[in-house]
Amino acid sequence: MIKVENLHKSFGSLQVLKGITTEIEKGTVVAVIGPSGCGKSTFLRCLNRLEVATSGQITIDGVEVTHPKTDILKLRQKVGMVFQHFNIFPHMTVLENLMYAPVKVKRVSKAQAEQKGKDLLTRVGLADKADVYPNRLSGGQKQRVAIARSLAMEPEVMLFDEPTSALDPEMVREVLDVMKALAREHMTMAIVTHEMGFAREVADRVCFFDSGYLVEDAPPAQFFSHPQAERAKQFLEKML
Amino acid sequence: MYLDGSSWTDWLDWLPSSSDMSSLLLAQTGFRLDFGKIWDRVPFILGGINVTLQFTLLSVVFGFTWGIILALLKISNIPPVKWLAAAYTSIFRGTPLILQLSLIYFATPQLTGYNISPLQAGVLTFSLNSGAYTSETIRGGILAVDKGQWDASASLGIPYRSMMLDIIFPQALKNILPAMVNESIALLKDSALVSVIGVVDVMRRAQIVGSEKYIYFEPLLMAGLIYYVMVIGLTSLAQTFELRLRKSD
Repeated sequence: MIKVENLHKSFGSLQVLKGITTEIEKGTVVAVIGPSGCGKSTFLRCLNRLEVATSGQITIDGVEVTHPKTDILKLRQKVGMVFQHFNIFPHMTVLENLMYAPVKVKRVSKAQAEQKGKDLLTRVGLADKADVYPNRLSGGQKQRVAIARSLAMEPEVMLFDEPTSALDPEMVREVLDVMKALAREHMTMAIVTHEMGFAREVADRVCFFDSGYLVEDAPPAQFFSHPQAERAKQFLEKML
Repeated sequence: MYLDGSSWTDWLDWLPSSSDMSSLLLAQTGFRLDFGKIWDRVPFILGGINVTLQFTLLSVVFGFTWGIILALLKISNIPPVKWLAAAYTSIFRGTPLILQLSLIYFATPQLTGYNISPLQAGVLTFSLNSGAYTSETIRGGILAVDKGQWDASASLGIPYRSMMLDIIFPQALKNILPAMVNESIALLKDSALVSVIGVVDVMRRAQIVGSEKYIYFEPLLMAGLIYYVMVIGLTSLAQTFELRLRKSD
């Protein structure tokens, strides 16, 4: 589904990604973990070209993301993204948030988008919040709206950039539960996270990043009990 | 036009037109306020409200639109375009408004052969000038919108135009509205400058009445009051609008 080959990314003279090669198969969940500043968020943002790769190649579903002539807007319709700070549109109601992109970008009829939006809100447990403005919601609720907003575009891949890092501890779970449900439905997902328990439970693979390198790539059972790389061992000791 | 004659007379009587009050205040100078003298010309001065409002409204609309365009050019990724927009702003902010007005009104016929009307010249000047000022405010307002909103729009595949129009701009508008109200008030008052190119607005009418009657204090005071009332009206209108914008807060 997603193929990354020798991905490099620099901001000026700062090298953030130093040659990442990996693959995410359809229907699998990959957890991307690592210390802060290791490049994991940048990696994720390169996948839908929110950051333009300096060199290397990324293809999603056969479409080359890194090619400058690629219709990136069209590709992004297939790649949903959820952010640490939710980035809900504050001037629209919850339902409007869910309807805007399908109507505007995919030319879905309003009635259809509204139905779909309401279904999705039910799915994330927020059916009663359809006509509320986002500022009335808690962080966890906002993040669930953000997930629903992405799903409204019917993406084939979902990218999660530290979706629970900005949440109060008691709200983390409601968001993780929604993500678990998605994983059970075999959504292809790449998740940058600090939730080790969640990664262990849900991910099919764990990618451990350090200083711009993909240091270790293993199934969670193996990674969490027998990390190979020295840096991964140190990291896990601090986290667990 | 707004009130019938008798009520206006009542109002004028109430003002220090009565000799005892004005003489009490200004007896030493021999100066007396007498609004009764200009009474027959009050409708003429009030007629200028239309002209002034027309100028202000057109200038605000065109100036704001031009400001948005300039702001978008300034945040674009094309260096020559950015540079041009910045140079434009610099020139229009760096020279007197009355000079720009005179240049456009007097030089346009000389340059192009087109006989520009005072209204056109005035609106054109004010829009060009206001655009330069507001473009900076709008640019700031746009850039103050959380970067995450751009990310979210991009990740949903929303095209730039729709993103700007539907996502970024409505949020920027909240940031810039107070500054835009200031700008509209400034435009309303600066519109008095068009009197120098012969537009008979409130200001010019007050001057005309003054020279007809050989009294200046009363008509100018009246003009001042008219401007003030218009500004207050504009302010309350803006407050209503702002409240509506903030319904999502």
